Amino acid sequence: MKKGNVLLAVKGLRVAVAGNEILKGVDVTIRDGEVHAIMGPNGSGKSTLAQVLAGHPAYTVLAGTVTYQGKNVLDMKPEERARAGVFLAFQYPVEIRGITNSYFLRSALNALRRERGEAELDPIDFLQFLEQKLKAIGLDDSMMNRPVNEGFSGGEKKRNEILQLAVLEPRLAILDETDSGLDIDALKTVAQAVNQLRNPERAFLIVTHYQRLLNYITPDVVHVLADGRIVKSGGPELAQELEARGYDWLRDGVMVS
Amino acid sequence: MAVKTGSVERLVGSYHAWASNGASRAPAWLTELRAGGIARFGDLGFPNMKQEAWRFTSVAPIAEGTFALAKAPTRVPTLDDIRPFLLLEAGPRLVFVDGFFQRSLSTPFLDDVQSLAHVVTHRQDLVRQHLGQYVATQDRPFAALNTAFVSDGAFVHVPAKATIAEPIQLLFLATGNQVVTHPRNLIVIEREARAAIVETYASLAQDVYWTNAVTEISAGDGARVDFHRVQRESSRAYHVAATQTHQGRDSTVNFHAVAFGGALARHDIGAVMAGPGGRLILNGLYLLDGAQHADHHTTIDHAADHCDSHEYFNGVLDGRSRGVFTGRIIVRPGAQKTDSKQTNNNLLLSGEAHADSQPQLEIYADDVKCTHGSTVGPLDPRALFYLCSRGVGEDDARRLLTYGFAAEILGRMEVAPLRAQLDAIVRGRLAQP
Ligand SMILES: Nc1ncnc2c1ncn2[C@@H]1O[C@H](COP(=O)(O)OP(=O)(O)OP(=O)(O)O)[C@@H](O)[C@H]1O
Ligand SMILES: [Mg+2]
Repeated sequence: MKKGNVLLAVKGLRVAVAGNEILKGVDVTIRDGEVHAIMGPNGSGKSTLAQVLAGHPAYTVLAGTVTYQGKNVLDMKPEERARAGVFLAFQYPVEIRGITNSYFLRSALNALRRERGEAELDPIDFLQFLEQKLKAIGLDDSMMNRPVNEGFSGGEKKRNEILQLAVLEPRLAILDETDSGLDIDALKTVAQAVNQLRNPERAFLIVTHYQRLLNYITPDVVHVLADGRIVKSGGPELAQELEARGYDWLRDGVMVS
Repeated sequence: MAVKTGSVERLVGSYHAWASNGASRAPAWLTELRAGGIARFGDLGFPNMKQEAWRFTSVAPIAEGTFALAKAPTRVPTLDDIRPFLLLEAGPRLVFVDGFFQRSLSTPFLDDVQSLAHVVTHRQDLVRQHLGQYVATQDRPFAALNTAFVSDGAFVHVPAKATIAEPIQLLFLATGNQVVTHPRNLIVIEREARAAIVETYASLAQDVYWTNAVTEISAGDGARVDFHRVQRESSRAYHVAATQTHQGRDSTVNFHAVAFGGALARHDIGAVMAGPGGRLILNGLYLLDGAQHADHHTTIDHAADHCDSHEYFNGVLDGRSRGVFTGRIIVRPGAQKTDSKQTNNNLLLSGEAHADSQPQLEIYADDVKCTHGSTVGPLDPRALFYLCSRGVGEDDARRLLTYGFAAEILGRMEVAPLRAQLDAIVRGRLAQP
């Protein structure tokens, strides 16, 4: 299979938060159309990596580079990254009081459309567009007139992240534990949605604790992040090995790539 | 704060001049009510900040100012003049200018939506039965003063089992400078009757004046009232008001209060749940800027069992403005199965804005559910990042989140055309497209 162009290149990335170094030199290269999974123990820095890629201001980059579509992403504001096609499905989606889901989605979509020089969608056109997306990922519209994530169950919040992914159609989708807290049916729905969105032009970086999700979404590469470093990368079989053996065998200075 | 007694004496003096002149033809019971009001005000004087209920609000600008009792306007505004302040195109409407009823701008409905002055003579027994029965003046100098000067205001009466289909508009417009008005409104919704009402205070110019309003609302057994209060006074005005509701068994009151205006605004909202099974939503928003000061002092009195009260107040404070919220909840002995919920959230948009929030729960029954919570702070940085991560620019994200803070309150209004009008006003204030 012909390899795609490099979409994202993370090199020697070191990141601190609140004065503590969390990422201690991370290298990841993702090409167009690839699906990468990142696994690793709690607190190893998976969300930190995801948040830094999205541009969260609380994280300080100490060293290293992040290049996306050939551009230095670290110089870009979060909204500029989003408009360039970077999307993060949050591990802990945020509640937004008073703003309905559909209003929020339309504001976000129109911000992207403005960037691309496309006409903004009015509420009626947007509703039609939204209906299609809801149908495609098997969600009903009952959540659309409720304030964003407010009072949503854990699973509803995660599915809502996937809906945003489907609406905003990014080039690089980072999913931070979107599978956590989902029941079996919801997990399948999410996996199906991701598989539908998979195409040669769109790459995924999927943070997960469970091999279960990877049964439905077959990754091209699996990385293990431990204590701020990628300690091992491999194919889909690595996920199965981790499921069986845990992480301890990787920690004792074993650095394999 | 030193209150000059001179201003109290001046007001008492102006009462006597007024009472012996134009107001002298009133029926005896009304004269008596007024006399009681002025006596009470004379005893109490203006409140000061040593008093618990006035801890955060100084009324010095009112007490030390000189406000003449408003006279009938020499130039009555036209319908075009008032149109910007009408939230509904059609329906029953009562318009008052400087406290005086304007028949030419109004569309009364039978004797049921009328000026109070009119019904004081035409429906004396009904008015007498209700007027002054709900609002407490004992420890409230401003309500006492309003009672002393009772002469006109809005009167709404919905007979038992009747429904007034269209929302009723009550508009109080100020045109004078350095004057005081004492609008007095009486709303009586009888057993199983329904009505929606919007009461607006606004001004045609950015004048300095003082509005001292009182509204009493009685909701009979099984009645439902959707009451909206919109305070859009001049940004240099002083607005003091008391609104008191009284609910019978199984009645519903949805009370929405939105405050945009006034240099200094104080609104006492009182609700008495007198019969079992009552439901109350008390839903408020204050949007302040510059040096505005708004104080909402709410008291919900659960006097009967099995009543629900849900209170939500949001404040959006910019500039050097200050918002004060007091949420007093009283659950009387025997008011079992009370379900009461209170939240007050304050959004500070500038480093100099300030909010004080104080819940006061007094619970004398044991089988009740009472929760309360309040927040004061800037925009949630997590929400801001969340929006930006979806491609929304930072300024747009700030505006959107700020709007959401207000929209949360407006979203509880069930009368769609009113909600839409208020939404447009809020968007205008917050520059939200
Ligand atoms: N804003 C912050 N302030 C202080 N410490 C932080 C902050 N964000 C992350 N950390 C710390 O950085 C470390 C890595 O956190 P991170 O969320 O990246 O871990 P993770 O690999 O995603 O863990 P999990 O699997 O539990 O989600 C943790 O020790 C965490 O406490
Ligand atoms: Mg994490």
